[in-house]
Amino acid sequence: MGKIRQRLYIIGALIVISIISLVPRNTKQRMIEAGTGRMKDTTVRRLPINLGLDLQGGIHLALEVDQSKGPVPDCADAIQRAERVVRTRIDEFGTTEPVVQIQGRCRLIVELAGEKDPARAKGVIQRTAFLEFRITDMKSLFKDALPQVDGVLRKAGIKSRTTAAPSAVAQLFGDTSKTKAERDSAADANSPGVLSSLLFQGQMAGEFLVPEEQWPLVDSLINRPDVRAAMPRGIELRWGAQSESRGARAYRALYAVESRPIITGEELIKAVARRDQSTNQSIVAFQLSRRGARIFSQETARHIGDFMAIILDGRVQGQPPVIRGQIGANGQIELGTKPLQEASDLALVLRAGALPAPLMIVDERTISGTLGADSIHDGVLAGVVGVVLVVVIMVGYYRLSGALAVAALTLYCLFTLAGLAAFGFTLTLPGLAGFVLSIGIAVDANVLIFERIREELVHGKSLRLAVDDGFLHAMNAIVDSNVSTILTALILYAVGTGPVQGFAITLIIGIIASMVSAIFVVKTLFLIWLNRRPDMVTLSI
Amino acid sequence: MIRLFANANYDFIKWRRQAFSLTGAIMLVGLIFLVTRGVNYSIEFTGGTLVQFELAHKVPTGNIRAALDHVGLSGADIYNFGSDTSYVVRARLAGQATGEAGTQAVADAVAQALDQSAGPGQYQIAQRQTVGPKVGRELQGKALMAILFSFVVTLVYLAFRFEWRFGLAAVVATAHDIVATIAFISVMHLEVSLVVVGAVLTVVGYSLNDTIIIFDRVRENLRKYRRQNLYEILNLSINETLPRSVLTHGTTIATTLALLILAGEVIRPFAWVMTFGIFTGTFSSIYIAAPVLLWIEKRWPGEDARGARTFGSRAPAAAAVSGPPATPSSAPSPRAPQPAR
Repeated sequence: MGKIRQRLYIIGALIVISIISLVPRNTKQRMIEAGTGRMKDTTVRRLPINLGLDLQGGIHLALEVDQSKGPVPDCADAIQRAERVVRTRIDEFGTTEPVVQIQGRCRLIVELAGEKDPARAKGVIQRTAFLEFRITDMKSLFKDALPQVDGVLRKAGIKSRTTAAPSAVAQLFGDTSKTKAERDSAADANSPGVLSSLLFQGQMAGEFLVPEEQWPLVDSLINRPDVRAAMPRGIELRWGAQSESRGARAYRALYAVESRPIITGEELIKAVARRDQSTNQSIVAFQLSRRGARIFSQETARHIGDFMAIILDGRVQGQPPVIRGQIGANGQIELGTKPLQEASDLALVLRAGALPAPLMIVDERTISGTLGADSIHDGVLAGVVGVVLVVVIMVGYYRLSGALAVAALTLYCLFTLAGLAAFGFTLTLPGLAGFVLSIGIAVDANVLIFERIREELVHGKSLRLAVDDGFLHAMNAIVDSNVSTILTALILYAVGTGPVQGFAITLIIGIIASMVSAIFVVKTLFLIWLNRRPDMVTLSI
Repeated sequence: MIRLFANANYDFIKWRRQAFSLTGAIMLVGLIFLVTRGVNYSIEFTGGTLVQFELAHKVPTGNIRAALDHVGLSGADIYNFGSDTSYVVRARLAGQATGEAGTQAVADAVAQALDQSAGPGQYQIAQRQTVGPKVGRELQGKALMAILFSFVVTLVYLAFRFEWRFGLAAVVATAHDIVATIAFISVMHLEVSLVVVGAVLTVVGYSLNDTIIIFDRVRENLRKYRRQNLYEILNLSINETLPRSVLTHGTTIATTLALLILAGEVIRPFAWVMTFGIFTGTFSSIYIAAPVLLWIEKRWPGEDARGARTFGSRAPAAAAVSGPPATPSSAPSPRAPQPAR
């Protein structure tokens, strides 16, 4: 009896876990605001199973190549390459069954079924993800050129608008000799230069800090054509990705880096996000191709002791690390205190490759389900009829035992749905049809067991022994057939893309759920039944 | 209690040549259709035309879909775009040229359908443009590669759990099902969409499952009945698992038929492929997997070959079992053909 109680506890626990994963919860959804007709994120409470584009609709995004930062000569080609990248990126979201297709020549349509976090999805789609490594301005070429740049600006009639005394702020950065030199050079120019008065030397060569509120001003200054022309040859300026606080104030880092990247993201073949246990930083670890690793190790060997800026989409990520020795194929990008989610997204876009050109969203609409209510109604009706037929066949043929199998079947449905919810699976009408079909297949294990029990009974075994042996002997066939199907599904998942992977996941969830319900649950029900009726002589099977 | 085929004793294997001819004929016909007509890929693979239109008044989506089906744009995506009266249709005409001519043809067809459902002059076509495929080219190659890889894994697993001969026979049977299903799709001229690809993959899993159930019984019976030859044991095993086959295929067929008859146009190709797949999966377990196993054992006899070479006669197997123990130096390996035969 104790054994039965244990089994019941396990089943109870599984049911509770499944129900918890199916409890309606708050999810973000993007919809049209009633009054204004604009798109906005709202929070709705609903079942955690996503319905596909065909059933509930979703958001429709039209993307075009962003030409504001310079013309793109062949937009059709750019869009075709962008399509491949965007599709790979979205497929990595898993089983959301998105639509990615080219419309006309230069437009890309992306449709996402009630995407849980539309802002995040948009970020992933639009991100260019151009990764490059560059050595910082180790020879202080930019700093030496600052007086000239100031001169250019003075000539253009731009006056210094700084209020804070540079020396006072500069003292905040400690006592490095370079800071002192910077202070001296600023003093040498007697009247403070427009640009140099806004820049404070950072901790390493080529690093400058700009007070957060002066950032837009400095950005506009350094992007002036005359300033660009005055820049030393082979040096460019790049902003840091985040603002950082020194003392009470927030600063934005500006880096002078070599124009020539030592390596770009094209050579990257793998990127995974993780959290560093010791420093609690989010990290993207990457691996370079063989060719990339060769170039990288040569370059890093030449630059030992130099600082290397990791630049993503033109922004320097974190503080440039010092190159301590030759680096080969493996490296990492440290994202500081940013959440792991962000690191995962970065790893994802790096893996999928860089967009050939930045994309911008030109249209965003909500769309209804692509299938009418009539199609959904027909599909559900067919499903119900199919399930009823299975129940009739099982109970009609196996009587009370069949009824036990049907009871286990309801648990199968519960477990499968819970599994789909846990994996964030998107349910489409074909998916629903597959689910109905799986119910027909799921009874197979019970059919095998019941037929075995019947055979054992025919051989003249006692009820109890026949049940035990029936389960035991059927097990070989059940395990072998299901393990090979799971192996097939795992291969499909590993090799396939988007839709094929989704199929593989449903298959695996369905098989595991049917193993638990058909073997474990039904066996438990049999044990209870036999214990209740110890004097039973014929089994209703 | 109802017992179907409880003590069945049919000689299934006897009909293997006829079965081979039958399935060969089906495949041949399928191949001819495949070559002459080509594969009817769905809009997901080929791309098509996007037509956006505004209606003057609200019309049920079901009516528009019916009208689109009527003018030959079956299986079109149709959805509200932003508002109740603004629609987008994505469709393609079977066998139509792509490019400008195809776009024009689809737009004309949509206009015709709207004349019927909304009434002439009650709509305005806002834009029409070609749309590219929804599915990347790499999917086709990758799906195929995935299937081939899974064959290798199945082979290894079955070699480990049974013996390599069983694994090879199971893989041959499964490969047969894929070819037969593709033949069926091309004879029926079904539109190959992602869902149909999913159905073919399901058939693969289902058929493999069925083959292994029978092989498991063969493995068991080979241990149990030491004096019977492989031919008899295959027949016995198929007969013993017959009640299970009838029940399982019965419940599965019940669900696919419900989907086929009731679920409407969207699910129908999937249901067709599954219904055929259940038949071919059952057929191949009995008439491909078992005879192929017999043939492999005849060609490369193993420990359990047991007269596969001269099936029908029991004498050689008995002789092998009762043969005198050979001295280690001259003992042939158990897998090698026995000289005594």
